[in-house]
Amino acid sequence: MAKAAELESRAFITGNEVVARAALAAGADCMFGYPITPQNEIMHHWRRLAPQQGRLFMQTEDELSAGFATIGAVIGGKACFSATAGPGTVLFQEPLSMAEMMRLPVVVVVQQRGGPSTATVIYSQQELNLVCFGGNGEGLRLVYSTGSHQELYDYTIKAFHMAWRYRFPTFVLGDGYQAKMREPLQLYDPAERGFGPIPKEPIFGSVRGEGEKPLLHLRNSFSVEEELSEVLGRHLEDYARAAPELVEHEFLGGAGGELLVVAHGIVGRAARQAVRELRAAGRRVNFFRPITLRPFPEEALRQALEMSGGAVLVAESAQGQLGKLVRLAAAEWGRPRYRTLYRPGVGITAEDIAAEIEEAILA
Amino acid sequence: MSELSMPRCWNRESKPHRFCPGCGHGLVLKALGLAIDELGLEERVVFACDIGCSLLAWDFFTFPCLQTHHGRTIPVMVGLKRARPELVAVAYMGDGGGYAIGLQHLVSAALRDDPITAVLVNNTVYAMTGGQMAPTTLLGQKTETTPFGRDEAETGRPFKGPETLSAVAHPQAYLARGTVAQVLRLKNELKRGLERQLQGHFAFIEALSTCPTNWRTNAAATWAFLEQDMSSFYRPGEVAVMAGKED
Repeated sequence: MAKAAELESRAFITGNEVVARAALAAGADCMFGYPITPQNEIMHHWRRLAPQQGRLFMQTEDELSAGFATIGAVIGGKACFSATAGPGTVLFQEPLSMAEMMRLPVVVVVQQRGGPSTATVIYSQQELNLVCFGGNGEGLRLVYSTGSHQELYDYTIKAFHMAWRYRFPTFVLGDGYQAKMREPLQLYDPAERGFGPIPKEPIFGSVRGEGEKPLLHLRNSFSVEEELSEVLGRHLEDYARAAPELVEHEFLGGAGGELLVVAHGIVGRAARQAVRELRAAGRRVNFFRPITLRPFPEEALRQALEMSGGAVLVAESAQGQLGKLVRLAAAEWGRPRYRTLYRPGVGITAEDIAAEIEEAILA
Repeated sequence: MSELSMPRCWNRESKPHRFCPGCGHGLVLKALGLAIDELGLEERVVFACDIGCSLLAWDFFTFPCLQTHHGRTIPVMVGLKRARPELVAVAYMGDGGGYAIGLQHLVSAALRDDPITAVLVNNTVYAMTGGQMAPTTLLGQKTETTPFGRDEAETGRPFKGPETLSAVAHPQAYLARGTVAQVLRLKNELKRGLERQLQGHFAFIEALSTCPTNWRTNAAATWAFLEQDMSSFYRPGEVAVMAGKED
């Protein structure tokens, strides 16, 4: 690992470079990648920087291979990651569903582009469903949605630690804007912020639970329903137990609000700015941003709703992918009044959100 | 099977194995086990199997065994080998996994000369799923998806793996086709494949095998199909690497 002094610095770089530097700082051992825009520069920077520090890079023949080679290296006890976008995220679902079943701590950075299909190489928030629930299973994944370069750095580091601590495949969900733009951030040595070495170990020979034998034979297929049910039941219990420790969110505002604006990722950043400005102008508007999309900070959202009179505006660059998670979480609270600003594959500014808030409050 | 004839590295707790009576997988895995025993590699091998019938080998040996997805055995072993070069990686698959859904991985691993030993069992059908046509189904052979016999005009010709790889593999790679009709010879080919990995090169061994369940053959007809029909089209033996010869 690089010396702390080299890591402690301000930087003005693209989000893709931030991810590569964060993975290096975290102590990741290898990256398996396949080109797709807008994540390519993660590979480019990793390829230039990582081998000098004894880390590995391999360009694979496709995303399936990138995902499965990452799995192989993880089984060998190495902290490994890949990065992808759009149709690549679709192909990654196959290895990720295996990682989910076998509790393999694979880390994948997704820089969302427009969809469905090839669509645009630019930007969207349309890969939420895929990263949260894309496999043929129950979505036992950890998903961090970042809204700034600082968060890309922080959560890429954190992703490796949480993946290995809890043994769920883990995503850092960015987007094409975050990938390509430059902005300032603070680089640092993770050890000085409480993140020591990644708690990795070879999967073969490791012991999962008390009284269990070291793992020697690993499979993801089962002969009978009951066998699957027993294994999956344990994973579901682990996930439910871990969820309260994993959920993260940001809230701005207070009791007596007239409206709660909910957004994630870079749209969350626009929403925060709109809410700040309106609050400064005396409007009682609140802001909620889930940082973990899986598990979703449901209880925190219900508290925010309570403080906001049950009126919600959901804004996202997708057609209600976040909206569904919000509705699901809010169902236990009651029946909020919904307003939506859905622009699939198109950016949303603070001005767009401010205008929508004004209309919502007037209505 | 007597205790003496069972390879040392076979996991006795998972025996008798789960393959159908008359299936060739047990013989391929016996040859593989004997090869690993003779080379003394038991402590270093990691074995990965595909899905399809090969998945039934997920706990076959006393060394680490891993069941992957259809066609993805090779990339998993490539990743493991890159991360842990001291291990000996065996990627075990069927003909559908290696020659259809995972062919890009097989070709790419051969091109890159990844130091792994890939073992492909060719029984001319998708067996676990109920006997559909595989890339290796012989012309005229009846399967569930070629009920009147495989027709070249409709489906093309059967796929010859080692011969195809000979055009792309590294000159030092090892390519061979063995058969469960000659288990000791197959064992020696597997040994050479493992040794080639130890020397840092790619190795691929196709093993001609039997599937009486889906062929719907009795013992005599099963053996005749293997030794006559299959072996005359898929010639057993080592296959020379042609790539690089033009340099």
